[in-house]
Amino acid sequence: MKYQSQKVALYYIYGALTLFAAQILFGVVAGTVYVFPNVLSELLPFNVIRMIHTNALIVWLLMGYFGAAYYLLPEECETELHSPKMAIIQFWLFMAATAAAVVGYILGYHEGREFLEQPLPIKVGIVVVALMFLYNTTLTLLKGRKTAVSNVLMVALWFVALLFLFAFYNPSNLAVDKMYWWYVVHLWVEGVWELIMASILAFLMIKMTGVDREVVEKWLYVMVSLSLFTGILGTGHHYYWIGTPGYWQWIGNVFSTLEVVPFFAMVVFCFYMVWKGGRDHPNKAALLWSLGCSVMAFFGAGVWGFMHTLSSINYYTHGTQITAAHGHLAFYGAYVMLNLAIFTYALPYLRGREPYNQQLNMWGFWITTSAMAFMTFTLTFAGVVQTHLQRVLGMNYMEVQDQVALFYWMRLGAGVVVLIGVTMIIWSLVVAPRGPRVTAGARLPAE
Amino acid sequence: MSERLTKSAARNIFYGGTIFFLVIFIGLTLHSHNYIVNESSNQDQLTPSVVAGKHVWERNSCINCHTLLGEGAYFAPELGNVWVRYGGQDDPEGARDMLKAWMAAQPTGIEGRRQMPQFNLTDQELDELVDFLKWTSEIDTQNWPPNEAG
Repeated sequence: MKYQSQKVALYYIYGALTLFAAQILFGVVAGTVYVFPNVLSELLPFNVIRMIHTNALIVWLLMGYFGAAYYLLPEECETELHSPKMAIIQFWLFMAATAAAVVGYILGYHEGREFLEQPLPIKVGIVVVALMFLYNTTLTLLKGRKTAVSNVLMVALWFVALLFLFAFYNPSNLAVDKMYWWYVVHLWVEGVWELIMASILAFLMIKMTGVDREVVEKWLYVMVSLSLFTGILGTGHHYYWIGTPGYWQWIGNVFSTLEVVPFFAMVVFCFYMVWKGGRDHPNKAALLWSLGCSVMAFFGAGVWGFMHTLSSINYYTHGTQITAAHGHLAFYGAYVMLNLAIFTYALPYLRGREPYNQQLNMWGFWITTSAMAFMTFTLTFAGVVQTHLQRVLGMNYMEVQDQVALFYWMRLGAGVVVLIGVTMIIWSLVVAPRGPRVTAGARLPAE
Repeated sequence: MSERLTKSAARNIFYGGTIFFLVIFIGLTLHSHNYIVNESSNQDQLTPSVVAGKHVWERNSCINCHTLLGEGAYFAPELGNVWVRYGGQDDPEGARDMLKAWMAAQPTGIEGRRQMPQFNLTDQELDELVDFLKWTSEIDTQNWPPNEAG
C-alpha cells in the first residue's frame, strides 16, 4: 500500500463482507422455505426473504466496487484520495441506509418493483451516497495520472449512478414501466458492471503478472468495447414478451448471442496475461479468484445466458427455474468472485501483512464454487422439467412444482455448502492472521 | 494482440462505438414507447382503478413470489394471464369473484403447500388489483405465455 488514503477501502470491504454473510443466510432460509413451505410463513413471508436476499447482494457488490475504487484509484492516479474523511462518512451513510432498508422490509415498508424495492427516502439516500462517491473519486482522478484502468472504471461508475435515476421513473403503463426498468437492471449487470469487472481484472493483472501496462490496457479497451457493443442492444432479449415490438426478437437474438464474446475475451485475457507474465506473485489466492472469476463468469453469464437467450427457446423457458439457474451462476461468477478477488488481493496490503490464510481462502474458493455450480445444475434440471411440463404440456404451475421437489432439496444442500464455503472465505479474510507483519514497501506490487 | 491496433485507437473505438450503439438503442426504445402506448397496450383503458391496482400490486411486493409477464420471483404462479386462466374473458364477474375469494382464503395453512400471506386488502383494493391484472392480460405480448398455465 503506497498511499495512506487507500485505507478507507477497509471500511467498504468489511461492510461488504457483512452484507455478503446476510445475503447467503437469507438465501439458505429461502431455499429452506422451498422444501418446508410452512416455515416462517406467518412471521417472514417468502417475498420479504427474497427481497433481503437480492437487495443484500446488490448492495454488497456495489459496496465492494466503491471499496475497490478507493483502493485502486490512488495507485492508478498516483495521488492521495481527494477526501478520505468524506469516503468514511459516505460509507456510514450507505450502511445506515442499508440497515434501514432491511428493517423496513421486515416491517413491511417497501416498494414493489423487483430489485428496486427501496422506499423513496432510501433511494434518495443512495443517490446522495453515489454523488459523494463520484465527487470524491472524480476529483482524485482529475488531479492525478489518468490511466485506462481508472478512466474505464470511472466511466462505468458514473453510468451506474446515472442509470439508477430510472429507478425514480415508475409509469402507470406496466409495459412502459418494464421497458425502462431494464435500463437499470440490464444496463447495469450486462452493461456497465462488465466495465467495472474488466477494469478491476486489468488492474489485478497489471499488479500480479507484471505484464506491461500498455498491453493490458489495450486489451481492456477491446474487452469493454465488446461488452457494450453487444450488451446495449442485447437488452433486446428482455423485450421479447412484455408488449414491445416484434423486431426486438431479431435484435435480441443477434446481440445477446454475441454477449458471450466479451466474457470469452476476459477468460483469454486473464490466462494469457498470467502465462505471458510468468511472475511468481505471492498472493496465489488472489490469482485463483481472478482466473476463477473470468471462467465462472463465462459459464454463468455467457453459456447459461446463451442457453435461453434465443427467442424461440425463451418463449418456453422465460420465467422458469432456468432463469433462476442463470441468475445465480452469473452473479456469482462475474461479480461475487470479482469482489472476492480484489478483497483477497488488497487486504494483505491494507493490513500490512503477508498474504495470509491462503490455504483456507483457496479451500473456500473450491468449496463455494463447486457448490454454486451444483446449485446451478439442479436448478437447470428443475427448469428443463418445468419448461416441458408447464410450457409444452400445459400442466398447472403448482403441480409442476411438486414434480421438481427433489431438485429443490438438492439446491438446499448446495446452499448449505455455499454457506460453509463462504464462512471459510470470510474467516480467511477477516480474522487476524498469525503471520509476521511486513515492513512497508517490502511487498510492493509490480507496476 | 496485434501491433497494428494502438491503445488510443482502441480507446476511440470504445467511446465512438458506445455512443453509436447507445443512440440506436435510445431511438428504438422511443419507438417502442410509442408502440406500447398506441398499439400493444390499452392506454385508453388505463383507468384510475387500474393505476391504483398497480400500486396495490407494488405495495405488497407480489413480484417477489409471483412472476408478471415472466419477470419476478419463480416461487408462485405467473399472473400476467391469471385473468384468462380464471375464465375472465367469458365470465368477467365469475373470474373477479373467484380471484377475490382466493385472496380472502389465504393463507391456506395446508401442511407442505406454499403459503400466500393474508394481505388484508379492502374490497376496493381487491377490485383495483383485479382491474390491474385484467388490464395486464390484454397487453399484446407476442402470444406469450405459450398456454394458460402461464
